[in-house]
Amino acid sequence: MTARSGESSLEYLQRKLCSVYPDLCPLFSIEFADGVLMVPRSVLHKAAEDLKEIGFERFGFVTAVDHGDDFELVYRLQSGTFGVGLFLKTEVPRCEAVMESLTDLWPAAGWQEREVYDMFGIEFRDHPDLRRILLPEDWVGYPLRKDYKDDSVIPRPDYI
Amino acid sequence: MPVEVESKRPVIDELGREVDELVVNIGPSHPSTHGVCRIIAHLDGEIVVKAEPVIGYLHRGIEKMAENRTYLQVVPLTDRLDYVGSMYANWAYCRAVERLADIRVPERAEYIRVIVCELQRIASHMMGVGASGADTGAATVFIYAFEVRERIVELFEELCGARLTYNYVRPGGVSADLPDGWIERCREVVRWAPDRLLELDRLFFGNYIAAERMKGIGVLSQSDAIAWGASGPTARASGVTFDIRKNDPYSVYPRIDFRVPVGENGDCFDRGRVKVLEAIESCRIVDQALEQIQPGPVAAEGLPRLLRPRAGDAYDHIESARGSLGVYLVSDGSPRPFRMHVRSPAFCNLQLLGLLARGHTVSDLVVILGSLDPVFGEVDR
Amino acid sequence: MALVDSLTSALERIPGGGIILTSMDALADWSRGQSLWAMPMGTACCAMELIAASFSKFDFDRLGTFPRPDPRHTDVMIIAGTITKKMQPAVRRLYDQMAEPKYVIAMGNCAVSGGIFYYDTYSVVRGADAFMPVDVYISGCPPRPEALQDGVLQLRELIRTRSLTDAPTYERDLTQPGLDAARAGSTDAETLIGDVPERPASGAGESL
Ligand code: SF4
Repeated sequence: MTARSGESSLEYLQRKLCSVYPDLCPLFSIEFADGVLMVPRSVLHKAAEDLKEIGFERFGFVTAVDHGDDFELVYRLQSGTFGVGLFLKTEVPRCEAVMESLTDLWPAAGWQEREVYDMFGIEFRDHPDLRRILLPEDWVGYPLRKDYKDDSVIPRPDYI
Repeated sequence: MPVEVESKRPVIDELGREVDELVVNIGPSHPSTHGVCRIIAHLDGEIVVKAEPVIGYLHRGIEKMAENRTYLQVVPLTDRLDYVGSMYANWAYCRAVERLADIRVPERAEYIRVIVCELQRIASHMMGVGASGADTGAATVFIYAFEVRERIVELFEELCGARLTYNYVRPGGVSADLPDGWIERCREVVRWAPDRLLELDRLFFGNYIAAERMKGIGVLSQSDAIAWGASGPTARASGVTFDIRKNDPYSVYPRIDFRVPVGENGDCFDRGRVKVLEAIESCRIVDQALEQIQPGPVAAEGLPRLLRPRAGDAYDHIESARGSLGVYLVSDGSPRPFRMHVRSPAFCNLQLLGLLARGHTVSDLVVILGSLDPVFGEVDR
Repeated sequence: MALVDSLTSALERIPGGGIILTSMDALADWSRGQSLWAMPMGTACCAMELIAASFSKFDFDRLGTFPRPDPRHTDVMIIAGTITKKMQPAVRRLYDQMAEPKYVIAMGNCAVSGGIFYYDTYSVVRGADAFMPVDVYISGCPPRPEALQDGVLQLRELIRTRSLTDAPTYERDLTQPGLDAARAGSTDAETLIGDVPERPASGAGESL
């Protein structure tokens, strides 16, 4: 299957995705000229595997966003075949912040997942070496959570 | 420098021999770690069995700080990320904001951005190559490299008043137009530099001693480079032809004719050489951009002082001197970013150290670290 | 400096010893000030300017200052860059390893006060003087290499004004609340005065 003329690489990706993995198709959308695949937590690992299969060979980054009751985990995958990047997103409840590690697919995820663990306290199951990476080992709390409190922080006066 | 021995206990190697493993701590303040990196090296005699980088000694919480600043106020913070190449982080961040807020950048501003970023690439690679030279015992290389860097830093200073933290690329354009006569001075520099760079190439990479010291050291295979998320010169030295300027073209790069140097062996020698060749290519890019640039506005018009992009998230990346540098921004419609994440190439490349150093001697460990060219402001953020 | 230290206390007691002391003082100041080898504690962006300062265009060597990344060989520690909570023990430890007399230059706003990282951040130490004595402060983000060289000249001036009988600054008790209170915006003069170094008890010759 090749791209039709006049078709952007994202549309081509969408068509290909729908023909190979019909179950992923309804989860795919295009926002801000970027492909987004929003999947439930249980199938994320499988979806990542499928995407790797069809040509997303590079792992861009993984990070999280704190939305209060749950965290949104954002993975960015890059593809040389399609010449595009793709967001793979999932929601993780705050009370049970656990996710499967993708280090078995991309070793590049190793340090980045450690960083997410360090900053948000999201645990990655089957990660070979899940420790704090940027902060000292004895640090208390997860600073990038919105409810993080630290007495040593001086808040900036609000003059915009 | 403090090199401590933590434990000395018999360990069994793969062949079943009983060997003494020595754990040596290098850093966090060590002249050859290029900043504040600590490496815990497990040694068998001189040979590195396992090298584990410990990072975070420069973690300044920039991502958290950005959540309490307006979109414009974050730009100076991005300067401090990759402090050897501040323009890149400026630009990557501004591209993400522009995508989020739908800002169209005037053409002249795009050309100026390309010019300053390519100049920055030369300056940054000179730091990287010079430091590699110092690591291998060739201090002269650093002085040659610094001459080129200083000329470029002077140009930047004229442009925005700062030698290091430029704060020049802003959402919607650049902060100020080029001063009078800058184009001529810049052209003079980029026409002078290639000769200097070739001389540097001959001096360092044409030198038998340096070649012996770096060839075959820290070989990174092509498949490993992709799997471990390497990018930039580190990946290209291994034969990965991935450059965002070509593969996902942005700004005015499609109108410019340039090549992307690619190495073959993926060793320290190639990683260093690719940088010099890339710097020479950058001179060509700047020269062309200076020819093509037209008068016009340098910032988008009618931009509010307080940007309020619509809610959503956006990511954009550029090819920095160290690889693909991207900024991921989440907006909730307020004047401040809800979340900013920086995908830093130096962080991903540094992860390779453990893989590359295995089986080499301690002195090679230093050379390998230097060839990965980490900048700790960006690694730790 | 064990000899110098014990000699000064001996000279102070004998009649006419003061004259010898002054000339010795001048000699010691001169020899200390003219070749300040620097321990570059480059942690962040300012380190780039520190490197630039020691290369051909600015040429630090002509002031007798030479970067030498070994605490045992150096007289002055140049803290160039942000100090994070994770880095702080290492900086302090290297400072403790330096031989006396030792001086500290805080280069850049980060090392002076936290600079751009003063507000909102959870991992930055606001200024090097929170955990070690600092002699010269150089502001700027980053300071130009010339400013750094000026800082070294200022330090030389400072050394010239210090008498051999003065207590070295490193003796200051850093557990006193003085500095923190001063930084928190206290205008209470008492707390600031409490910070002035006191002459240590007899046998001050902390020798190598
Ligand atoms: S003072 Fe400025 S340039 Fe220096 S380390 Fe701090 S942020 Fe970087």
